[in-house]
Amino acid sequence: MRSPNDLELVRLTKRYGDTVAVDSINHLFAPASYVCLLGPSGCGKSTTLRMIAGHEAISEGAIVLEGKEIGHLPPAQRGTAMMFQSYALFPHLSVKDNVAFSLKMKGIDKATRIRKAMELLELVAMAHLADRMPAQLSGGQQQRVALARALITEPRVLLLDEPLSALDPFLRIRMRAELKRLQRELEITFIHVTHGQDEALALADEVVVMNNAVIEQAGPPRDVWSRPRTEFVARFMGGHNVVTVDGIRYAIRSDAVRLGPEGIPATTTGVEYQGDRVAVTAMTGSDEEVVALLPEEAFFNAPLNPGDAIHLGWEQRWLHPLHA
Amino acid sequence: MERVHRGLTGAGPGTAGAAAPAAMPEGQAAGRGHPRSARAARGRGTVDTLQGWALASPLVIVLLAFLVLPIVMIVAVSFWQATEFAIVPAFSFENYAFLLTSSVTWRVFGATLQFALITWTLTLLIGFTVAYYLAFHIRTTAMQTILFLVCTVPFLTSNIIRMISWIPFLGRNGIANQTLIELGIIDQPLEWLLYSDFSVVLAFVHLYTLFMIVPIFNTMSRIDRSLIEAARDNGASGWQILTNVIIPLSKPGIMIGTIFVLTLVMGDFITVRFMSGSQSANVGRLISNDIALLQYPSASATSVVLLVTVLLIIGVLMRFVNIRKEL
Repeated sequence: MRSPNDLELVRLTKRYGDTVAVDSINHLFAPASYVCLLGPSGCGKSTTLRMIAGHEAISEGAIVLEGKEIGHLPPAQRGTAMMFQSYALFPHLSVKDNVAFSLKMKGIDKATRIRKAMELLELVAMAHLADRMPAQLSGGQQQRVALARALITEPRVLLLDEPLSALDPFLRIRMRAELKRLQRELEITFIHVTHGQDEALALADEVVVMNNAVIEQAGPPRDVWSRPRTEFVARFMGGHNVVTVDGIRYAIRSDAVRLGPEGIPATTTGVEYQGDRVAVTAMTGSDEEVVALLPEEAFFNAPLNPGDAIHLGWEQRWLHPLHA
Repeated sequence: MERVHRGLTGAGPGTAGAAAPAAMPEGQAAGRGHPRSARAARGRGTVDTLQGWALASPLVIVLLAFLVLPIVMIVAVSFWQATEFAIVPAFSFENYAFLLTSSVTWRVFGATLQFALITWTLTLLIGFTVAYYLAFHIRTTAMQTILFLVCTVPFLTSNIIRMISWIPFLGRNGIANQTLIELGIIDQPLEWLLYSDFSVVLAFVHLYTLFMIVPIFNTMSRIDRSLIEAARDNGASGWQILTNVIIPLSKPGIMIGTIFVLTLVMGDFITVRFMSGSQSANVGRLISNDIALLQYPSASATSVVLLVTVLLIIGVLMRFVNIRKEL
């Protein structure tokens, strides 16, 4: 798995006084992969990203990129670039001057930096608006400009801090497809912080789930979703129930739960129509809430109402044991 | 409300039509819904306009009575004629002719502009630095507020007291001179510490730096911190962040502070009189002397010229900042 160009976090720690925001995490990011750092707010994912970017001092540990310790370098010398959540475009500069900003800081002459900026704007399909001011752009357009500005530094790792959270749902889906396309074309590592598991599943080559300052589980999205290691991951990734059978905690996919004449007795507490399927929430005798996702047709052949007594069953192979 | 509308519409186009449905029984009028609502909308528009004027009128009246009217009167009086004994209403350019051809006027205006320029430079440097420190180096809002209040402490007492308190410090046998002599830095007391242009500028800077700090701090504290991070991410050094991000984004505050300081210094007369021991002159003193001699027309003419000068300077500054924004 190791290659000379990967990014590695070694016992990376961030403390604010007595609180530990990131607790000694280790992780190896494969080169040219799309990685999503996923977790609830306050789990340390943004702090981790900001430490990689160099906008947050490291309390302990190291960040290694291409065999070089970059944890103590200034942001611009790390080979990383960051795209900020609010895009952070300079309001007093035009689109092309925003994109050319880093070249200007390096003292590159105006003609060259404008030409380079136009190339990048071409890449994100914003060249036609190069002379606009950021305030004249829509959220999606601002994001493209922010992307171009980050990419002009030719980073090996692009860090994206909740890049899609400010967009409306329709645009979000379009932009995420575009982010993925860009990452494939540029063949660099994207590290994308998000709290939306659907976003992570849709985009990532690798999902890193964080909780309480540590990494709970990391792996390809399908592995993380279908084989959650802990109860937290099972619940956070969604689509799972956590049940106790013979004193052992198991995760069971909601779509694997069947209603039938046999099984664990339960009481229906809620019915939610979701279009192609229906979510039936039930409370078992041992006070565990279980959601069963039934195909729409199967549900309406034998409709249920809250309060109805049912029996829950599943095939043994779907029971996935959880670690503490 | 409906009735009020019609009353207020007066001779407007809606009046004739509006009178008819008002005379009709209620049900009939309601039956002809469409034309009625169109008229109501027209009435509402008029009421909105009237309401707007009514809401604006207190400020309009205050500004007319206390700003426009006095200026009009000053302009009018500036054309009057005056002798040693009487002031004669007239329309004469005598005052202006005398004013603009006198070398004293030019010298005094020059001195005033010089005071303004030096004070502006110093207050800008100090004000920007203090505002920068408050906005970017103090982390907590509580501490920012405390330090900001500390800046305003001198304002708990009057301008005059603050000026006078410099005198025992700067005087020939004042604290400053004594300390310097005791430290062996100088043998003779420094004469230029008090009753000089130096002390005038010192007092101006002391009095007016806060007027720079407040607006600059205000614009600076509104600068999104992620912009600074973005600049650093793009490889900007501390100095480059200052010149490429913070200064351009602080321009409105700098502009407002500049207007405050320039107008305050240009219009001042008491500071110059006290701190220079009546040895320096500025336009304010010229005007106050004229008033003391009851030469109101001459004082008015000088005031008008001063007002125009200050407005021109501000006009040019506004242009400058706007042009820079476009670039």
